Amino acid sequence: MASQQKGRASVFYDPKIRGIFFQAVLFFALAAFVWWIADNTIANLRRAHIASGFGFLNGRAGFDVSDALIPYSSDSTMARALLVGLLNTLLVAVTGIVTATIVGFLVGIGRLARNWLVRQICTIYIEIFRNIPPLLVIFFWYLGVLSVLPSPRNSIRLPFDMYLNSRGFYMPAPIWGEGAWLAGAGLLAGVLLAFIVARWARQRQMATGRRFPVLWASIALIVGLPLAAFALTGFPLSFDVPKASIFNLTGGIQVKPEFLSLYLALSFYTAAFIAEIVRAGILGVDKGQTEAAYSLGLTPGPTLRLVIVPQALRIIVPPLTSQYLNLTKNTSLAVAIGYADLVAIGGTILNQTGQAVEIVAIWMVVYLGISLAVSVLMNWFNARTALKDK
Amino acid sequence: MHKAIWTAVLGAVALALMMAAASASTLSDVKKKGYVQCGVNTGLAGFAAPDDKGNWKGFDVDLCRAVAAAIFGDGNKVKFTPLGAKERFTALQSGEIDLLVRNTSWTETRDTELGLNFAGVNYYDGQGFMINAKKLPGVNSALQLSGASICVQTGTTTELNLADYFKSHHMQYNPVVFEKFVEANAAYDSGRCDVYTTDQSGLYAIRLTLKNPDDHVVLPEIISKEPLGPVVRQGDDQWFDLVKWTLNAMIISEELGITQSNVDQMKKSENPKIRRVLGQDPNSHYGRDLGIGEDWVVNIVKAVGNYGESFERNLGQGSPLKIKRGLNQLWSKGGILYAPPIR
Repeated sequence: MASQQKGRASVFYDPKIRGIFFQAVLFFALAAFVWWIADNTIANLRRAHIASGFGFLNGRAGFDVSDALIPYSSDSTMARALLVGLLNTLLVAVTGIVTATIVGFLVGIGRLARNWLVRQICTIYIEIFRNIPPLLVIFFWYLGVLSVLPSPRNSIRLPFDMYLNSRGFYMPAPIWGEGAWLAGAGLLAGVLLAFIVARWARQRQMATGRRFPVLWASIALIVGLPLAAFALTGFPLSFDVPKASIFNLTGGIQVKPEFLSLYLALSFYTAAFIAEIVRAGILGVDKGQTEAAYSLGLTPGPTLRLVIVPQALRIIVPPLTSQYLNLTKNTSLAVAIGYADLVAIGGTILNQTGQAVEIVAIWMVVYLGISLAVSVLMNWFNARTALKDK
Repeated sequence: MHKAIWTAVLGAVALALMMAAASASTLSDVKKKGYVQCGVNTGLAGFAAPDDKGNWKGFDVDLCRAVAAAIFGDGNKVKFTPLGAKERFTALQSGEIDLLVRNTSWTETRDTELGLNFAGVNYYDGQGFMINAKKLPGVNSALQLSGASICVQTGTTTELNLADYFKSHHMQYNPVVFEKFVEANAAYDSGRCDVYTTDQSGLYAIRLTLKNPDDHVVLPEIISKEPLGPVVRQGDDQWFDLVKWTLNAMIISEELGITQSNVDQMKKSENPKIRRVLGQDPNSHYGRDLGIGEDWVVNIVKAVGNYGESFERNLGQGSPLKIKRGLNQLWSKGGILYAPPIR
């Protein structure tokens, strides 16, 4: 009897079994909760006579979207309209991330510059943009800068047939003639050759210590090859120039003010944060590293490139990921200025069909997907730049 | 022990959520809380806009007040929820508001798929276009608008009609889409678009808010039918009836010549029709049938006047909009307003 009691007690107090037991309870409670919420939602929708399901996505959209990257008309399906919105979101996110990174690195390095004026300008920039909500920055560009530009009839004329007016920025659209693919092939070959040359040069330097001007060789390859191909085929390129019509400029490539203001605002807003991250990263590398590099005979250029930046990246990359995610999610502020992003188009569909639960679910899944993709990419990059213990 | 706590917590949460979801009768809920929660436009002059003292004024607002007056005998027992085009139906479906009077077009989809009911039409409208005549002197028809940039509000029937109209006439356009009237107004006023499109009544209202109203003209074409009306949730017939008959009572009052100033004298009228409507016939019980007091029509007219009075005060000659009655005239005077009789 006594021994039986003891045995039971030991099973009951076994931390491993207890752990599994409580995790199982938690799991089932959570699953029951989620199931209950879903069931409750469906029952309530049915009770309120609201249609549900994703069938509406195959219906005719019926509304137009002005900035579609893929062919789209009001006869397309709702699903395609959402895809148009998703592509617009990605366009802003990608261009914004690239620009914010470049501006952020420049300003971040500028914060540490020896030049007093440069340092102060960078500080003021960061303090202004970092402390204003992004929505106001978007309004600043949209209402404060772009909408005060002149009407299409009085467009500001820029060189090379480019125009700027309240409807956006217009530039000539290239029309590739016959044989233009050769230039494209030249570009591809140039990039490929540049990679091979860089690899060869690195191996040679490892083996013999002799250096090769990789940068100049690459530029010559990447620019020279397509140019040569272009010349060979007799420059098969013409331009579709924007022309004034009764309402707008037609022809050419038009970059709408909605995209411009969103892109500029998010880039400049996020760049302020990235600049601070970059500054912190560079300052985080011990001064002794620079001194050690100098005493090994490295000049300032290679010191920065080979010693400081690789170590700074270890500090920079993880917070940089957060900024990229922030920028991606902030693209949903597009709604305020009428840019046709995923949220704006989803909102239109939501209102035309009334499928609120489904649309919100699509929004959440898509943003989660984009964010996770960015995270995976940045984690991979982080693992590459992380300090490797040998 | 732990399991018991879990069960208790889950049970409590479940109970709380179920209680929030259950609301059978809108009328008894409204009576209990003491006011009507009414969804209106965020700001459309003539239909619903707060004045300089913060009081909501307008034609749609009057209908909200009329419903409150019918229930409580006081047109001020109403709270307003300003709503954009996008969130208006969700607000009604979720029970955040009891009644939606937000220049909303009655369509089949909204009536069926969205689980809503339209309790009649309080304004017969149609979609039109407005342009800046100073900037575009040669344009005097919507058929000349090919290639134009057009400001439009998202999630409206307007947006769909626009696409259909331009498609059927083989014309091109650039939609510039906004969530709220104010955003679209600002964009149009700053020259982002050549054209503004919405219901014609809305165009006249918006024109007043522009920098130079006289520069802008409304083009003659009307490209759609837009019957605007009050909306309630499906599945609550008592509330649906109450809103429907509040609107009908306003129209019938105009037919019978009952006005804000003469309603008390009218109570003594010998006309059996008037006596019935005003609850003076001891054998009639229209109020009771609707779940409210017998003097409901008296209260409605005292609070906001009859249909015609409300129209003229907010949209017609008594307002800066100066919109003519047009279709919204009584059937007996050349319009199409025709309310079923109270009897």
